[in-house]
Amino acid sequence: MLRKLTQDIATMTRRRWLAATAGLALGFALSPAFAADDTIKVGILHSLSGTMAISETTLKDVMLMLIDEQNKKGGVLGKKLEAVVVDPASNWPLFAEKARELITKDKVAVVFGCWTSVSRKSVLPVFKELNNILFYPVQYEGEESERNVFYTGAAPNQQAIPAVDYLMKEEKVKRWVLEGTDYVYPRTTNKILEAYLKSKGVAADDIMINYTPFGFSDWQTEVSKIKAFGSAGKKTAVVSTINGDANVPFYKELGNQGIKATDIPVVAFSVGEEELAGIDTKPLVGHLAAWNYFESIKTPANEKFIKEWHAFTKNDKRTTNDPMEAHYIGFNMWVKAVEKVKSTDPDKVIDALPGIEVPNLTGGTAKMLPNHHITKPVFIGEIKANGQFDVVFKTKDLVPGDAWSKELEGSKDLIGDWVGKKCGNYNVKTNKCLGSGT
Amino acid sequence: MLAKFAALLRTLALMLLLIAVAGPAFAGPFEDAVAKFTTDDFSDTEEAVAAIAASGNPLAYPIISALQDERLMFDADTKKVYIKQTDGKAMDAATGAPVDAIPDSASEVRLNNKLRRHVQAALGGLTLLSPKLETRISAARSVFKSHEEQALPAVESALAKETDGTAKAALQQARAAILLFKADVSEKEKLDAIAIIRSRGDQEALAMLNDIGADQPPSVAKAAASAISSIQSSLAMWSGVQNAWYGLSLGSVLLLAAIGLAITFGVMGVINMAHGEMVMLGAYTTFVVQELIRTRYPALFDYSLLIAVPLAFLVSGAIGVVIERSIIRFLYGRPLETLLATWGLSLVLQQAVRTAFGPTNREVGNPSWMSGAFELGQITITYNRLWILCFTLAVFAILLAMLRFTSLGLQMRAVTQNRRMAASMGIATSRVDALTFGLGSGIAGIAGVALSQIDNVSPNLGQGYIIDSFMVVVFGGVGNLWGTLVGAFTLGIANKFLEPVAGAVLGKIAILVLIILFIQKRPRGLFALKGRAVEA
Repeated sequence: MLRKLTQDIATMTRRRWLAATAGLALGFALSPAFAADDTIKVGILHSLSGTMAISETTLKDVMLMLIDEQNKKGGVLGKKLEAVVVDPASNWPLFAEKARELITKDKVAVVFGCWTSVSRKSVLPVFKELNNILFYPVQYEGEESERNVFYTGAAPNQQAIPAVDYLMKEEKVKRWVLEGTDYVYPRTTNKILEAYLKSKGVAADDIMINYTPFGFSDWQTEVSKIKAFGSAGKKTAVVSTINGDANVPFYKELGNQGIKATDIPVVAFSVGEEELAGIDTKPLVGHLAAWNYFESIKTPANEKFIKEWHAFTKNDKRTTNDPMEAHYIGFNMWVKAVEKVKSTDPDKVIDALPGIEVPNLTGGTAKMLPNHHITKPVFIGEIKANGQFDVVFKTKDLVPGDAWSKELEGSKDLIGDWVGKKCGNYNVKTNKCLGSGT
Repeated sequence: MLAKFAALLRTLALMLLLIAVAGPAFAGPFEDAVAKFTTDDFSDTEEAVAAIAASGNPLAYPIISALQDERLMFDADTKKVYIKQTDGKAMDAATGAPVDAIPDSASEVRLNNKLRRHVQAALGGLTLLSPKLETRISAARSVFKSHEEQALPAVESALAKETDGTAKAALQQARAAILLFKADVSEKEKLDAIAIIRSRGDQEALAMLNDIGADQPPSVAKAAASAISSIQSSLAMWSGVQNAWYGLSLGSVLLLAAIGLAITFGVMGVINMAHGEMVMLGAYTTFVVQELIRTRYPALFDYSLLIAVPLAFLVSGAIGVVIERSIIRFLYGRPLETLLATWGLSLVLQQAVRTAFGPTNREVGNPSWMSGAFELGQITITYNRLWILCFTLAVFAILLAMLRFTSLGLQMRAVTQNRRMAASMGIATSRVDALTFGLGSGIAGIAGVALSQIDNVSPNLGQGYIIDSFMVVVFGGVGNLWGTLVGAFTLGIANKFLEPVAGAVLGKIAILVLIILFIQKRPRGLFALKGRAVEA
């Protein structure tokens, strides 16, 4: 409780003013002055300033590109799409305000947005109240299935669990360090992983869980703790849910203290091509990341996507990453659903989305499931000296996303089913909907 | 007779032809092993590495070292494997014959972590007899790590030839590690091996002794257990030293970030919320300098930080002077307005940098003399932290000397102690104000150069340091540079001794609570200024 409080204070108070002022200013500047009736409006709710700008700005750009391309193909239902960009400025309460503004003032048909789980939780009541659609593109901790939200990022069983399985099988890892930033995603993911590891016979002594504050930069003690933990004679690995800026000093310290991937591999769930762009990756060769997409995967669809991205941004060094693919899938699913029901009415589109299939960028098919999550392949990549990932493992089949983790006591009997049961947290044992129904 | 001869010739020719056609089938095990690289399959590559390392072929070393550096290429269509040499030339891996160019269709032989371990072990075995001392030592160390039985004869023959002390010790440890895990070894040899590994006394030795398993004779198990507990107790002692070093290093970072604030807030009394942004501007100056050097004069890269230090001072200092002249001088004596104005300014500066350089992190490289680490006893000291500590102390000493021995320093002290009297003595107080603020900001800029080596260079860089900096200055005693020094190191060391016990998050909270309690007891900090200036 105390931890959460201080963290909230730290992240909020300082940015509140910036958020309010800069956000308002940008919002006015970017909302279109001309409101033509023959367009369909698409809301983009990503932070363009503040701490999350580092990750979210790219997603705004990719949405603009996707909308631009759809318009070149003639738009949707004979109408052009029009992007409405707002800046919630990494300020969680402002996300809710901006979402409300998009839906009531700009009358958007759908919103693509959010990165952190707290921002998603903050806009949830708005989407429920005003009955609109949110596509959420980032891997998250699960334990949620809402009628108005479509989760195109990975659930824990599509990222964390396969990564741990890989390390157990290929690297024969027996001892685990779960290292994370202190907030909801790492804490829930680590809870799931701890339960999973114990179910696989890992002793409690062989699991070490560590949390550090947001933006942590002095990793000396943590890294030497990992080193000491790894000297018990059993193969050790680190599962990192360290978020954002804290990653760069963490990897630098690993490199400096000489921890090589061949000794203690680190598998990360929040480190992508974008994050590696700020580091010299030579000492990190071999450390791992688990994602559902890597820029280095060679398929015709991915090559085309990267080419278009470079052309759109006029910069052939811009990297692509996993949440970008999630938006690509989500956007195409929405377009397909709208064309299927010939309407942008949220109720009709929400009902049409489950079952929709679109190709992903890695040669497979993404299918929207009744729990509003999608099917995804899981890739494990090793960092190469050039900052890209080399895929060393791929799941044979597509993995369907679980809204509720099977590893946790409180959620193993729950399912999300918005087709048959019309319920986000249906208990299959008691056959009751626990409240998140229509 | 003639017919018979002709028949013989025919058969001979036929045989020759057969040999020529079936040529590749007669290739030796080495060539077969090399061909395995072309299947792009990790287990085939693993077999190939093992076979090539055991072949004794002179090409084994170039092939495996190329594999390690991602310089080994294969062409799946022609089943050819090429080595991209470091000088840009290429050769055929199977024959060693030079090749004009590697075909475009060729791609790198891929590695994963398991293979990287095999490659390291194989290279270790192959370079035990290298003429270069460093290579021999690192070869012995990688054999120690992998402790594979096959390496034992190579280690023993290397041991017989070795003359250098360090290399010999490394080889003996490697031999001990192999014997420890070998099945048919006498008890005495195992006990000797444990003694050698025990003398090493580090975490790797500990890991190895923990790993020997339960099926050992009782005397060996006992020796191992006693070695483990002795290493553990010595490591526990070293961890105290290590915490102290980490504390010093964290303290130096805190001091570096706070030292500029000690001038603007401590000496001038300006609550400067934009102090962190001055640090950030210094870091971006380093980035710009490095970019220029990378594109124009790559040879100067190792000096980039030395070039960036004065430039960062000038950039941040000049901006500091501008801020003082345009905003702060109208707000002297109104701390609340100053706080709000400088805070607004910090947001403006952040967004300006975000617009100019983009929201993503910028890569600032470490010059070679700031990368890596060395071992001191059982602790690892990283060069970048060591240099930052030295640099901080140097900056502190220069600043102290400047305040004490230069006329500008004298004027600064006079103005801050009694403005009206200083003005009466003919000091241009407003000019001194601007220069003092510029000095504080410039030093923050220098701090940015150093911090760019250990932290992200992003628009948010400064935010992470502003709270800590105020904490240090208030804790140390406002207006006293020595207080800032002692305050920074006290907080750093206290933090690092708390962190292993309480964790990073709780440790930080505990420190904050302690400071609040301390301020209740001594509101003016560790070293309070005395005299009339305080009452004013």
